[in-house]
Amino acid sequence: MPPEQEPIVRIRRVSKSYRSGSRVLPVLEDISIDIGQGEFLALMGPSGSGKSTLLNLIAGIDRTDGGTIEIGGIDITKMSETELAEWRSLHVGFIFQFYNLIPVLTAYENVELPLYLTGLSRMEKSEHVRTALAVVKLKDRMDHYPAQLSGGEQQRVAIARAIVTDPTIIVADEPTGDLDRKSAQDVLDLMGRLNSESRKTIIMVTHDPRAARRARSILYLEKGVLSHAPDQTPF
Amino acid sequence: MLLIRLLFKNAFLRHKLRSVLTVLGVTIAILAFGLLRTVITTWYLGVETSSPTRLVTRNNVSIIFPLPLSYREKIRQVEGVKIVSYGSWFGGVYKDKKNFFANFAVEPRTYLELYPEFIVPPDDKEAFLRDRRGFIAGKKLADRFGWKKGDIVTLEGTIYPGKWDFILRGIYRGRDLNIDETQFFFHWDYLNESVLKSKISLSDQVGFYMIGISSPGISAQVSQEIDAMFKNSAAETITETEKAFVQGFIAMSEAIIVAIQLVSLVVILIIMAVVANTMAMTTRERTGEYSILKTLGFGGGVIALLIMGESLLVTLSGCILGIALTYPIAGAFGTYLGTYFPVFNVENETVLLDFIAAVLVAFAAAVIPVRNALKLRVAEGLRRIG
Repeated sequence: MPPEQEPIVRIRRVSKSYRSGSRVLPVLEDISIDIGQGEFLALMGPSGSGKSTLLNLIAGIDRTDGGTIEIGGIDITKMSETELAEWRSLHVGFIFQFYNLIPVLTAYENVELPLYLTGLSRMEKSEHVRTALAVVKLKDRMDHYPAQLSGGEQQRVAIARAIVTDPTIIVADEPTGDLDRKSAQDVLDLMGRLNSESRKTIIMVTHDPRAARRARSILYLEKGVLSHAPDQTPF
Repeated sequence: MLLIRLLFKNAFLRHKLRSVLTVLGVTIAILAFGLLRTVITTWYLGVETSSPTRLVTRNNVSIIFPLPLSYREKIRQVEGVKIVSYGSWFGGVYKDKKNFFANFAVEPRTYLELYPEFIVPPDDKEAFLRDRRGFIAGKKLADRFGWKKGDIVTLEGTIYPGKWDFILRGIYRGRDLNIDETQFFFHWDYLNESVLKSKISLSDQVGFYMIGISSPGISAQVSQEIDAMFKNSAAETITETEKAFVQGFIAMSEAIIVAIQLVSLVVILIIMAVVANTMAMTTRERTGEYSILKTLGFGGGVIALLIMGESLLVTLSGCILGIALTYPIAGAFGTYLGTYFPVFNVENETVLLDFIAAVLVAFAAAVIPVRNALKLRVAEGLRRIG
């Protein structure tokens, strides 16, 4: 992160472990990082290294064992479940590996879903949804159900759903993991555009080095410890 | 609106076959429940339609033993008694034993006065009262056998042997749907005259007295006075309200009623099992989706509403269909089983019970799925999708 830039995500001494019966399995230990506004960060690491766990903690869908996570100056580790849910609806856009669209809702309705929790009028919601679908170039497929779309198109709908509330950060967990090469390229292009043109802060977990190279910076997570990619500027 | 659309789509579009089968299961269960409840209400209909100002006096030993006609004047003199009528169970058979219907020899003028719920057109009533061989029949009974006014109807006597010819002089209607329209009333005098000729020991004997009193409050006192009057006589009496008299009959079949009530409860439990099974499968399959909704910021309340709403929607759909089918099927029941159930109408109370049962089942079936969905941690749910 450039020194003059205020971090949008500030993580300090975060640890997380899981229980398996009587055993405690540490996943993250004493993690501290800053992520700047408008950053496009790729988190890499082997399976079980804790990268998805870290992403979940940043997105407020899991709880830390210790440490603090501030997003936009707000410490989300102090929030109750209800506060956290409300915060997520306003500040976080999610992109998942398996798209996770609701199969009985059309593309339009899937994108509209997060707006249900906002106070926008019907007209405003419609405007937001159409804009988001236009950004992902799927305006003409808005009445299609997920099963009528290709994997790449479903992921673009998921991206539209992630950006429709204009969130503070977008978190993406293996967004190209279930796509063919061409669709993966399209999705990464789209995420790149969102970052460069709309200054969206994106944190992406990936196994794929080609996907990671599209990010502005890469962090490696191994055995719960973060390290910088050799060819990236260290924080 | 979006959530309502999602609710409907979840309920009916996800697994169409499963939805159809579940709705069908609830429909059949509600239909069975409604019919069983209707049997129970029909059973108690006599109690419901009995008047608190009518008393029944019968032989203290048993209803099959008669009472002397001479009691009439004595009963009439008891304070509070307004009107005294009487009659006998005739037990006649029309053509075949399976054509069973209730037939009574009654003193017609007082009997019709005591039972204003039997609506007889004035001309028919006059014609009936004038003709000793005349009879009146309920509309359903007349329709069942295609009788027209003026037709001669022959009954084969079982208690009073021989063939008895009667002329249909009038058709009565019930004041409301719960009044039995399958009865046959003729002149007690006609019976008595014939008995006088053939079996003199049965003449001037009646099966029961029906007594109209001035107010319900004096029923106990009047009953006691009447019974005291005939104490230590050759034919002691027992007098009770019409309601108690009918309840006495029903008590003989109490075990059947209890069994039917238990079966109707079992039916409700079966619906609950069907809906609970569907809801359990549904929520298990949608664990990932609930996690997504939670991830997007939807609270537990919305998730609970989606599950409860779906359970309610499926159950109420089946309930409405079941109720809609109950009416024609109860009608068909009434037609084919008119011998046993002269009145077989679906009461509003039964429909209300159907709805209450459906709502209770919907909520009970959704309780555990809702609890599981609320307990679900988002990160854990998302891992299950992966």
